Amino acid sequence: MIKVLFFADQREKVGKDQLEFDGEGMNIHAVKTYLEEKYPALALDRTMTAVNEEYEEEEERLMEKNDVIAFIPPVSGG
Amino acid sequence: MEYYKITSQEIDVNEVVSSVIHPESGAVNTFIGTVREFTGQKQTVSLQYEAYPSMAEKQLCRIGSEISDRWPGVKTSIVHRTGKLAISDIAVVIAVASPHRAESYEASRYAIERIKEIVPIWKKEYWVDGEEWIGDQLEQTSYPNGRPEEERHD
Repeated sequence: MIKVLFFADQREKVGKDQLEFDGEGMNIHAVKTYLEEKYPALALDRTMTAVNEEYEEEEERLMEKNDVIAFIPPVSGG
Repeated sequence: MEYYKITSQEIDVNEVVSSVIHPESGAVNTFIGTVREFTGQKQTVSLQYEAYPSMAEKQLCRIGSEISDRWPGVKTSIVHRTGKLAISDIAVVIAVASPHRAESYEASRYAIERIKEIVPIWKKEYWVDGEEWIGDQLEQTSYPNGRPEEERHD
């Protein structure tokens, strides 16, 4: 299983703050496609990807057991 | 002792400032970000900040490391608040201590700009006539390379 975290507008569109699913072996691109099909309101094209709390640029990166992935919308802190 | 924290509690400014003072420091610069009521014609009623706390604290810590790499001897602490904030509430406090004053200004500016690039914190604005997640506005930055650019503030 892997865990996806949803923040800000994503959490409101999906209606929950996290989702666990059997995504081991999928790459980041495939996870995005899966989520956008499952939740048509989600738009992940303008996000940065974080895996296990670190930014990850490589879309081909494969998900491993217990990975936590988040798609970080443009930030607006400060 | 430097620290980097996301908190839902009111920020104690003095605690942040005193955390960076050390015998080699001759200057302390404090940046305090507060909730602004008017942005152009838009009147804000309140704000809600949300963070990915564990990752945000790591990114704040990374900013502190970037600062001490660029300006040796400079110490930084950063605290950012989350939850619902009213006009003039303190949202972020950055304290920077350095041997001489010039670096304290530069490093403080660097820290707030980097927060706005890489730290996973989002604000939702509640206006008189509506509400919106600010990071979701189309005119905001997008990330064509999949992540923020580094070292943009020379």
